[in-house]
Amino acid sequence: MFRNQYDTDVTTWSPTGRLFQVEYAMEAVKQGSAAIGLRSRSHVVLASVNKAQSELSSHQRKIFKVDDHIGVAIAGLTADGRVLSRYMRSESINHSFTYESPLPVGRLVVRLADKAQVCTQRSWKRPYGVGLLVGGLDESGAHLYYNCPSGNYFEYQAFAIGSRSQAAKTYLERRFESFNESSREDLIKDAILAIRETLQGETLKSSLCTVSVLGVDEPFHFLDQESIQKVIDTFEKVPEEEEDGGEAEAEAAAAPTEQGGAGDQDVAPMEM
Amino acid sequence: MTKQHANWSPYDNNGGTCVAIAGSDYCVIAADTRMSTGYSILSRDYSKIHKLADKAVLSSSGFQADVKALQKVLKSRHLVYQHQHNKQMSCPAMAQLLSNTLYFKRFFPYYAFNVLGGLDEEGKGCVFTYDAVGSYEKVGYSAQGSGSTLIMPFLDNQLKSPSPLLLPAQDAITPLSEPEAVDLVKTVFASATERDIYTGDKLEIMILKADGIRTEVMELRKD
Repeated sequence: MFRNQYDTDVTTWSPTGRLFQVEYAMEAVKQGSAAIGLRSRSHVVLASVNKAQSELSSHQRKIFKVDDHIGVAIAGLTADGRVLSRYMRSESINHSFTYESPLPVGRLVVRLADKAQVCTQRSWKRPYGVGLLVGGLDESGAHLYYNCPSGNYFEYQAFAIGSRSQAAKTYLERRFESFNESSREDLIKDAILAIRETLQGETLKSSLCTVSVLGVDEPFHFLDQESIQKVIDTFEKVPEEEEDGGEAEAEAAAAPTEQGGAGDQDVAPMEM
Repeated sequence: MTKQHANWSPYDNNGGTCVAIAGSDYCVIAADTRMSTGYSILSRDYSKIHKLADKAVLSSSGFQADVKALQKVLKSRHLVYQHQHNKQMSCPAMAQLLSNTLYFKRFFPYYAFNVLGGLDEEGKGCVFTYDAVGSYEKVGYSAQGSGSTLIMPFLDNQLKSPSPLLLPAQDAITPLSEPEAVDLVKTVFASATERDIYTGDKLEIMILKADGIRTEVMELRKD
């Protein structure tokens, strides 16, 4: 109830010991379209939903290569995410230059987190409005981290952020215990299935998602549309064949998402 | 009152020779593998050739510590370029970057004598030759290093480029075929090894073509 009095400045505490500006920044992450990360012992998969502002425009890039052994998926203010990706690339290049070896993922996320923390303790700054799923491989194995606008970071076996990510998280919670031993192909399939959960009824097409993989002996790279469609075909075929009313259902599914698009106009256009 | 001179130099010359020849659809870059200091040999198996990008290969003689530092800087800058433009640097772009990087240290230069070889955007071979502070020129062939004075006149005789001042502009590329160019390189190194004490041990040849890079190694005299 006192939220409005203590939320103007990031440097103002609330009586209950909260920094509302930081929490509002975390809200921005929840408004962005979904991003998902999973890891096994040897591979990390990052996937995201491609939501374009309109049919006329291209979709925002949400997954970035940081180095051969590190990739990052973002949700929230993509501009902030782009800037932070550039910082991560710079840190990675500088580390390789000085130490002639790849930057361990844990060190990168700590620096990212410290950078985010600075913005929570300066009156002339604002917190970064983006959540980052950092996936990477180093000498200690495969890692997946989530970096928060608050400056906190956690390591995960699998995680999802952004809008409707709870559906994906529920799916991942059921399956995560087996991920460590998963094969690369199964990991990719699970990532795409998790993406499907966030679409909630919309038909899953390869044009709707971006998937990236990195692993032992496999530098970070994006999967092309064909490979993604092949994985989708392994589990989407049956529902398409069954329904005659399938077309009608697809149209019905399309209508709500259009309405959803109109509703999103309340959300500032920079947030995807 | 004569000027006081330093009793220590930040530079050393590790010797060696580098050569590059541009062809219609290939580029040959070659260097010996001897690394020396003064009259001593430090290594008989040190590579002076560095791949900077898919279509750009650098070969440098001079002070190898500076060469190594220069190569690291270029490698990092290439990574930044790839992140920004989503593609590899072309050879002419790398040529300009190398020139700028060298001039950046105009008042404490990289003691590196560079030859950059590769394929341009049209797939034709190109060779760029440099001085220590970044002055560069696109040529059809070049030699740098301790054996360059022995090799360059012979390449001029065999490959003489049209003058860059001619109009209309003529191609600097040699009409030689790839096997002929590789053979020429082997010949010039064998000759240079005879008279230049800093050149010898082994010859490393990299042949760049549109489909990839091939490496050949040839033994040279070890004395």
